[in-house]
Amino acid sequence: MKPSPFTYHAPATPAELADLLGTLEDARVIAGGQSLMPMMNFRFVQPAHLIDLNTVQGLDYVERRGDVLEIGAATRQRFLQRSGEIAQSMPILQEALSHVGHRQTRARGTIGGSLCHFDPSAELVNMAALHDATLTLTSAAGDREVSFAEFGVGYLTTSVQPEEFLSAVRLAVWPRHHGHGFEEFAFRHGDFAICAVSCLMTLDPGGTIERLAIAVSGVTETPVRLTQWEADLRGARPDAETAAALASAAAGIEAMSDAYVSAAYRTHLARVLTRRAFLKAAERAKEKASA
Amino acid sequence: MTDTRTLSITVNGTQYTREIETRRTLADFLRLDLKLTGTHLGCEHGVCGACTVRVEGQAVRSCLMLAVQANGKSVATVEGLARDGNLSPLQNQFWEHHGLQCGFCTPGVLMTMEEFLEENPNPTEADVRDALSGNICRCTGYQSIVDAVLATAAQARGE
Ligand code: FES
Ligand code: FES
Repeated sequence: MKPSPFTYHAPATPAELADLLGTLEDARVIAGGQSLMPMMNFRFVQPAHLIDLNTVQGLDYVERRGDVLEIGAATRQRFLQRSGEIAQSMPILQEALSHVGHRQTRARGTIGGSLCHFDPSAELVNMAALHDATLTLTSAAGDREVSFAEFGVGYLTTSVQPEEFLSAVRLAVWPRHHGHGFEEFAFRHGDFAICAVSCLMTLDPGGTIERLAIAVSGVTETPVRLTQWEADLRGARPDAETAAALASAAAGIEAMSDAYVSAAYRTHLARVLTRRAFLKAAERAKEKASA
Repeated sequence: MTDTRTLSITVNGTQYTREIETRRTLADFLRLDLKLTGTHLGCEHGVCGACTVRVEGQAVRSCLMLAVQANGKSVATVEGLARDGNLSPLQNQFWEHHGLQCGFCTPGVLMTMEEFLEENPNPTEADVRDALSGNICRCTGYQSIVDAVLATAAQARGE
């Protein structure tokens, strides 16, 4: 239960980091280490070189730019959870973060680390899907922007190339009057969710749905957005009937199964949690409309 | 070939400089190099919380951090809580309320709750339970731990 030997590198700037990634063979970047360190302790992962992101300057920040919130990849989850900017513009992110691990892991864990680990039911991966994230991948050759769909390839797999690192994430900010709902089920608080569902909604003056986003994770290898339904439900009433229809759609996603959780149970959770998240978002959107 | 670095670190107010292997975890550094065995290792993969120490004031899992990553930083462990042979208020309440049985999880729980109480002088029982979620205790039962933490907060408020 100790890491195997590696050569440790502590670059000071993004350029140094990119140079190292471009020249070293079999290198891993360590951010908060809350997923990589366990894998190294178990020796599931035995990199020849370990490059520390924690010594790199300028990768932890939260910046609002118009309708976009840009977050540096090395920003700690604990910092995000306490950010006044996020509390105001993206309350669902704070709610989701309260389910990410525990206070001791959030103190080290970063948003970029969680996204690059790409666990199918990680809350921050769900948030990236929900907010139409775009991600900046940096290498010695420069930056390239990828959409969330291009970023996530499959189970624990992203399109980040060996010579690249994730440097920033941009999330779409919704109008102030949006409502949000986040629901998840985990065996123990702080565990990865078996299933998590998030929902954002705005209502038009008549009280019908103006804009809707729903992300379901833990059911398949990458989070699923109910894109067609989001479009079709424009103008619908945000009531129990609509919730039921949407819940059935979520239950229609073909679910994976493993030794602990059957596909049928994931499907059941997707249905229940989608209904709850939708109704919660509707309730909050109504409150804001009448405020 | 062994990859080593010079680590300079402050632990419980004392400054240490040591040549260490870069793959050394902070937990192993504390226990094996500094012989501060109060920090316990239960799982070594970030699940149990027994190894919790404070780095620059923040409670973190020392099995998931490399010692080199604490270079230049200040670390607090359970050995630093008692002063001149007197238990800290939190330790005292653990004693009063039977907050430990075997004591294996206790160092991690104490370091977590020290940080928590500094941030939340007025916690509810639900707050304490939430903050405790990252620490597993297999024998005392959480109720007496929660009681001890709430009693410490009440005592600090002069109640
Ligand atoms: S030993 Fe570090 S969390 Fe269990
Ligand atoms: S006191 Fe024995 S594990 Fe907590």
